[in-house]
Amino acid sequence: MNVAAEKSLSMQAGASSAGLDVRNVTVTYRNGQAALVDAGFSIPRGTITALVGVNGSGKSTLFKAIMGFVPLATGSVSIMGEPAGRALRRNVVAYVPQAEEVDWNFPILVEDVVMMGRYGHMNFLRIASANDRRMVDEALERVGMSGFRKRQIGELSGGQKKRVFLARALAQEGQVILLDEPFTGVDVTTEEAIIALLRSLRDEGRLMLVSTHNLGSVPEFCDRAVLLNRTVLAAGPTNEVFTRPNLEAAFGGVLRHFVLGGPVLHDDEDGRELTVLTDDERPFVLYGDKAQSSSGPADAEDNAAARGDDPQ
Amino acid sequence: MIDTLLLPFQFPFMQQAFVIAILVAAPMGLLSSFLILKGWSLMGDAISHAVLPGVVLAYVAGLPLAIGAFGAGMFCALAVGFLRENSRVKEDTVMGVVFSGMFGLGIVMFSMIESELHLLHVLFGNILGVTWGDVAETGVIALIALGFVGLLRRDLLLHAFDAQHARAIGLPVRFYHYGLLAVLSLTIVGALKAVGIILAIAMLIAPGAIAFLVTRRFEAMLAVAVSVAVGCAFLGVYLSFFIDSAPAPTIVVLMTLVFVAAFAWSQMRAAPASPRSAHDEAGA
Repeated sequence: MNVAAEKSLSMQAGASSAGLDVRNVTVTYRNGQAALVDAGFSIPRGTITALVGVNGSGKSTLFKAIMGFVPLATGSVSIMGEPAGRALRRNVVAYVPQAEEVDWNFPILVEDVVMMGRYGHMNFLRIASANDRRMVDEALERVGMSGFRKRQIGELSGGQKKRVFLARALAQEGQVILLDEPFTGVDVTTEEAIIALLRSLRDEGRLMLVSTHNLGSVPEFCDRAVLLNRTVLAAGPTNEVFTRPNLEAAFGGVLRHFVLGGPVLHDDEDGRELTVLTDDERPFVLYGDKAQSSSGPADAEDNAAARGDDPQ
Repeated sequence: MIDTLLLPFQFPFMQQAFVIAILVAAPMGLLSSFLILKGWSLMGDAISHAVLPGVVLAYVAGLPLAIGAFGAGMFCALAVGFLRENSRVKEDTVMGVVFSGMFGLGIVMFSMIESELHLLHVLFGNILGVTWGDVAETGVIALIALGFVGLLRRDLLLHAFDAQHARAIGLPVRFYHYGLLAVLSLTIVGALKAVGIILAIAMLIAPGAIAFLVTRRFEAMLAVAVSVAVGCAFLGVYLSFFIDSAPAPTIVVLMTLVFVAAFAWSQMRAAPASPRSAHDEAGA
């Protein structure tokens, strides 16, 4: 699908959906530089959407625009059918920061961080009720961090740190969860655990927007994808959006890029080629022109096996 | 023997010194925890230097010195914020320019006017010369500062820890930002008579730094910071009576000694702790 058609399709979908609706958003920085130009897409509830683009393509700015942190020169953001400001005050939006944005030396325990998710539900003195404490317990239990609740946050591994902030989003009861690079510095086992958790949150009808460089895992767990480079290049279901022309448009010459075919791969007359696109440890694999996408856990295993094969 | 030990409490000037030292130390100890966590130590430094021209102007205009000092302190904080947001220069650089400029201006103005103000008293305080009126003024400021920071401590912590999350759940982050700056200016004003603007910096940094070294939980950090600040203030005034030193510098020296002790203790504790946490990690 070409870019223009994809854009108009996402506009149409935006009219009826009550998930996350970003329309014609332009963000201009103080120095006059445009960080986002006329960006638009919409995402229904109960989905996981990947936000993909090179560094500096405006992913962080888009998150900030959704949360109302930067003024919009044009356009609008609506969340669950409400203007962004009202949705924020109702605690609808939860944000899971990048690990580098957090000062891990803070004198604060795991359970304190998760309790911060409840602040928007408390009175101004932030005195926890029995219900608040129960929500924190459940959130910690769900991410498997109950045994670490009395740890100072700097005493955790990379994957555990991520899970603490996911637990905070759960305790907040956020319906729209924005995750900024959740897989950076995380081992594959933890990545699988996080993906499993995101799937279960999707099944509860929550909406997740995940910025990631892990192109290989996008078809595996993301229902939809948004390709960004200052504007939205393509948005929609992953198997339609995650195509070789779109990815090449989004990443230009930035990606590592292998094409293997002919006698290197097989002895018969099969003309298809194997294409590997990667800007991270986990490559995105195409066979012919089709993405090796999957949605269920069984397929995921096949994919993992396929990735294990050495392309050399 | 007992009589000698109780001797300092029998003079009115010493009683006032004890009370005002504690009234200055308690809010500063509390505030210092937030300055450390926010990386604002230099902001306390900047504002305390910058109040000088305000003090001189207020003196010339016949206004209470506190009003001039507060105005100048807020001007410094806002000017730093404005310059940082509208230029490529980093915050610490902007602060250096603004506060040294204002401090210089204050000294120039001071030397131009005929005054009964003593520059040394403004710079280093004159805790033995305060009146009960000064004590009352400092007391009101202490109440405001302790109230603001004490009641909003959880939100202020969240704001320092993760401002994005604070904004995402709709908290008034601009109010916390400027509120903290205003309370910081106010506490420095409250410290003017007792410890002066130079030594106030030590009281705004040392208690928080000490507490940060020895605690791993925020509420404990606040308790330790306030206890250290009040304890050193009391002991400093008390000791100065016997060793015949100026009380405010004695307080600062005591705090520095406690910091060194806290640092040594945290180093000793860190050494055997690392294998334990490595073991826990493996078990996870």
